[in-house]
Amino acid sequence: MSPRELLGRVGRYTLLSLVLAFFALPLLWLATAPFDRTPEIAASWPEFTLDNVRELLDNENALRSLRNSVLLAGGTCALVVTLSALAAYALSRVRLPGRDGLLYALLLLSSIVTGTAAMVPLFNLAYELDLIDSRLGVILVLTGGLLPSAIFILKDFTDATPVSYEESARVFGASPLQIVRHLVVPLIRPGLATIGVWSVAQVWGNFLIPFLLLRSPEKSPAAVVMYTFYTEGGQPDLALISTFSLLYSLPVVLMFLFVSSRYGFRFHGGIKR
Amino acid sequence: MAAIALTGLTKDYPGGVRALDGLELDVADGEFFALLGPSGCGKTTILRTIAGLEEATAGTVVIGGDDVTRLPPGRRDVAMVFQDYALFPHMTVTDNVAYPLRIRKVPTAERRGRAAETAGQLGLTKQLDRRPGQLSGGQQQRVALARAMACHPRVFLFDEPLSNLDARMRLEARTFLKRLQRELAVTTVFVTHDQAEALALADRIAVLSDGRVRQVGTPTEVFRRPANTFVASFIGSTPMNLLPGTVTAGARVLVGDAALPAPVGEIAPGTPVVYGIRPEYLRLTPTAGEDTVTGEITVVENLGSTQLLTLEGPAGTVQVVVPEDSEAAPGAPLHVVPRADRALLYRPDGDGELLTNCPTPGGAAPGA
Ligand SMILES: Nc1ncnc2c1ncn2[C@@H]1O[C@H](COP(=O)(O)OP(=O)(O)O)[C@@H](O)[C@H]1O
Ligand SMILES: [Mg+2]
Repeated sequence: MSPRELLGRVGRYTLLSLVLAFFALPLLWLATAPFDRTPEIAASWPEFTLDNVRELLDNENALRSLRNSVLLAGGTCALVVTLSALAAYALSRVRLPGRDGLLYALLLLSSIVTGTAAMVPLFNLAYELDLIDSRLGVILVLTGGLLPSAIFILKDFTDATPVSYEESARVFGASPLQIVRHLVVPLIRPGLATIGVWSVAQVWGNFLIPFLLLRSPEKSPAAVVMYTFYTEGGQPDLALISTFSLLYSLPVVLMFLFVSSRYGFRFHGGIKR
Repeated sequence: MAAIALTGLTKDYPGGVRALDGLELDVADGEFFALLGPSGCGKTTILRTIAGLEEATAGTVVIGGDDVTRLPPGRRDVAMVFQDYALFPHMTVTDNVAYPLRIRKVPTAERRGRAAETAGQLGLTKQLDRRPGQLSGGQQQRVALARAMACHPRVFLFDEPLSNLDARMRLEARTFLKRLQRELAVTTVFVTHDQAEALALADRIAVLSDGRVRQVGTPTEVFRRPANTFVASFIGSTPMNLLPGTVTAGARVLVGDAALPAPVGEIAPGTPVVYGIRPEYLRLTPTAGEDTVTGEITVVENLGSTQLLTLEGPAGTVQVVVPEDSEAAPGAPLHVVPRADRALLYRPDGDGELLTNCPTPGGAAPGA
């Protein structure tokens, strides 16, 4: 290796390390601050303590909010997966004029539905439908926002499933529902897993919609409750926030690892034989 | 088991493609029936219409005396093997074969046993727990057959089941399929674009073009007496020579400068005809005569035990099959004599129908 190459290599790795450090520092903070007696907005070697965890476990708001997050995420995930699977299957099998245009339009609009721009009309709509301060309202709005992208991703999977599988089953007398259960769902399972995890993660991290539509603190999910962790002096309670952040991020990481090892993530269709 | 009757079957696809046009076809009970024709002639459409996957625009489908035209596919008691086999990739061989039984709510243990038995009959005992992706093409084809057999249908429908196999496997599978059909004696409609396959397998063949039946007959009938020039040029490993000619006063046909013996029958002298003779029924002769076709060899193709020569001469382009030891070289002149009892005359216009049915009198011996 010539000195020049060596120098190039050193330069490259230094740059990579700097970029990595930039992204790793907040994570480092997440790992140390919860166990620090006096956490600050800086990653530092902790004076080790479990007091913060104890304090969090005593805070009934915190734990209840995690349960709320699970409810919202689970409900949305179930709705998104079921509806998008049915819609994607129908869209890839039924000839509709302007089908692709419809899908792209939906995709474009979906970023508006759950976006900041639609806050006021969304609130009005929920108010008219009597869905203010209702978990169902939040779930429906989030589902509406996620569906187009989910259908778009899943349609790629349903498109890649040969029609002859279904026709073969039909000749044997299978009903449409049996075809979906026996053939379509197993064949697009990696897609369903991807959509499921993705929608859970989306809801888990969503602040705006539940903040807007839920009134009572007992119904608020973790993302909203975290926003209320202040000390009596009006300062952010860093001990509580950091510990709660750690607890808050763990379920999503675990779910991701589980689903990814079980089904594998893919954003495109095609049958793996 | 059941006979199939298609009456006035018409199928228009959306977009105005008329794939079938008033098709009439009868398949006898237990028969191995081949639908033969070039790609795009409507073979798959016929099969799918019998299965119920396509709805007929007009006409009726009768299976075993029951009019099934308006029945959904699952209630017609037929089994179909698709061109791509359509094996379910996420199920084992056993589960694939057992699938029709699963739909019929046969208990799991029983259907597994029956599936294993059927698969065993087709030599798949060692592959029962494998997925389709882990099988060879021939094994996949047999799994598809086993799955079709497992539900004991009245009718088998096969859409080019051998076309995905390599040449050697195809011959093996062909023999296997024929024996299997003999043993099961289930009415079978078999689609192929390969005339050799149809001739080898079928009890009867329907030759199709453009959504119409051009001839129905046994392999021998279709090969010996093609009903029109389309069938004549489609059947046979080398197409029949179809040479324009005129009937002469001496009950012969003038093709180029040769007066060839032919089953002229009642056709008036002077009538223009197409003279049809297979390359196999032309014989080499050393001397030119009035009934020899003469030409210059332009192409020599080695077919193994025979050679296919292409001649250019006054009669046009003529192909001849000669024994392997004939010394033929491009550029050399050649004289051939047709076997008079194998010559056929067709109308030069219209659909090119066969003109006469009377056999040639034995007196028209070649080389006279
Ligand atoms: N789903 C369809 N939509 C429109 N046209 C079709 C469809 N399926 C087949 N065709 C047309 O019908 C004709 C017959 O097709 P097919 O039955 O598949 O022929 P084959 O099996 O003999 O090759 C073809 O011209 C084909 O293009
Ligand atoms: Mg076809």
